Amino acid sequence: MGVTSGNPHNPMNLIPPGTDQDLILKGVDETLKEKGFVLSSVDALVNWARTGSLWPMTFGLACCAVEMIHAYMPRYDLDRMGVVPRPSPRQSDVMIVAGTVTNKMAPAVRKVYDQMAEPRWVISMGSCANGGGYYHYSYSVLRGCDRIVPVDVYVPGCPPTAEALVYGIMQLQKKIRRTGTLRR
Amino acid sequence: MSEQQIKNLNINFGPQHPAAHGVLRLVLELDGEIVDRADPHIGLLHRGTEKLIEHKTYMQATPYFDRLDYCSPLNMEHSYVLAVEKLLGIEVPERGKLIRTLFAEIVRIANHLLNVPSYAMDVGAMTPMLWAFEEREIIFEFCEAVCGARMHMNYFRPGGVAQDLPDGLIERMREWAKKFPNYVRDMETMITRNRIFMQRTVGIGVVTPEQALDWAFSGPNLRASGFAWDLRKSQPYDSYEEMDFDVPIGKTGDCYDRYLVRVEEMHQSLRIIHQCLDRLEKVKGPVKTDDRKATPPSRHEMKRSMEALIHHFKLFTEGFHVPAGETYVATEAPKGEFGVYLVSDGTNKPYKCKIRSPGYVHLQAMDMMSKGHMLADIPAIIGSIDVVFGEIDR
Repeated sequence: MGVTSGNPHNPMNLIPPGTDQDLILKGVDETLKEKGFVLSSVDALVNWARTGSLWPMTFGLACCAVEMIHAYMPRYDLDRMGVVPRPSPRQSDVMIVAGTVTNKMAPAVRKVYDQMAEPRWVISMGSCANGGGYYHYSYSVLRGCDRIVPVDVYVPGCPPTAEALVYGIMQLQKKIRRTGTLRR
Repeated sequence: MSEQQIKNLNINFGPQHPAAHGVLRLVLELDGEIVDRADPHIGLLHRGTEKLIEHKTYMQATPYFDRLDYCSPLNMEHSYVLAVEKLLGIEVPERGKLIRTLFAEIVRIANHLLNVPSYAMDVGAMTPMLWAFEEREIIFEFCEAVCGARMHMNYFRPGGVAQDLPDGLIERMREWAKKFPNYVRDMETMITRNRIFMQRTVGIGVVTPEQALDWAFSGPNLRASGFAWDLRKSQPYDSYEEMDFDVPIGKTGDCYDRYLVRVEEMHQSLRIIHQCLDRLEKVKGPVKTDDRKATPPSRHEMKRSMEALIHHFKLFTEGFHVPAGETYVATEAPKGEFGVYLVSDGTNKPYKCKIRSPGYVHLQAMDMMSKGHMLADIPAIIGSIDVVFGEIDR
């Protein structure tokens, strides 16, 4: 989990990879062998599961879709963060709105969002999805996808680079970790 | 027993479908698994580009072209800047022309690198895609080096290009151009004689030469049907006249031939790139016309002269005025003939800008191509005609 830091104020007390982490993991392993169980808070466990496999809905609308594909492909390789594109909204946790949402497309975007199972998140990618961008004054374009779906993370750029999207996904993981699972 | 009424099944393909290459919605009428009618519904990405261009100055309108066909941004700009130059009556210096030719070909390769492997992925091959995108990343690096943007570059300007190539880029490109054929060879080993790929593409979506003409095909799709028609040869623009390259054609006009033509086009583009790089090492000089109507003064000049500063300010706020007139300029984009019909009324904004996109024309032949085929052949046909919705819906 890339965004963890050594910050003591970190709500989930995440330990960065290294000798410290290895020691703790070794300890967990030993306890598991000895007693047959380990204790953890449900929040930590659920957040670990959620951030480790954020499956996005492949929803390429326009130019940003190309950068989104670039982020999935070997150089940036989102797979290593557990982000695997899914073709069906029923199987996905996060929708990446990549591209211009037109008035004609808006109902379809909303329908896909409605079909996703809770918990679900939305990443708005690129200036068109963020607020209309270059096409803001067009008669046929929705001025930002946050008018129809609740957005968690906005990734700026036209189009945002693949790196920027990876950063956006890491921000979303951070957000998920910060939001208590049962404390909502 | 009473007679039973059998109704054809209608299914919706898209707009959210992984093989729809964007936001295509196809309404398919199926007789069992045989496609009776394929009815493409478009407009799901209609962004009103043509109307927006009417409210932008000539220079501000260029980036809209990047966003039309986002797989080959510079080829879209190419038609537009040529049209503006024609109306303005300005001449581009030789180095500017060479750089434009070089980048048009680089982006053509990038386009085919996106289309061919994703087409292969639609019919079941994953690996070529993974490899191709590494090559595309390298191409994006070149684009980034030359203008700062990875995709939407806004690099071609009326009168030339925005700025000269940075130091060392020619060497880097040359190194890449030497290695790139290895990738194409690897990809061909994977796909070209692959049994599954051939079963899914040979004899599928056949377009006869007559049909290709009737449906106004252009670009690789026309060439796959056996016409050696290439705007780079028939009405050369920029430096294409001096370039030595071949026009690959297909024999049968099926999905497989369209794939083969695109792969061979990559080799030919590479030949042009080599020639451009050779000549760019010798040809020095300006990359943009010295006509001060279209070119801003240099930064150095602007910082020292008040007139130059005013000139610069006026050029980027008001823009240049284009003499009244109209023109149609078409270039050979990776997908086919991409034309811009530009009408000027003498002001600083285009009066009308009509865009002729090749994808639109190819998509309307969808019904003709898919009639009588199986449902599973639809993704192969869509992949092979190389549609991108930015330019179809505009």
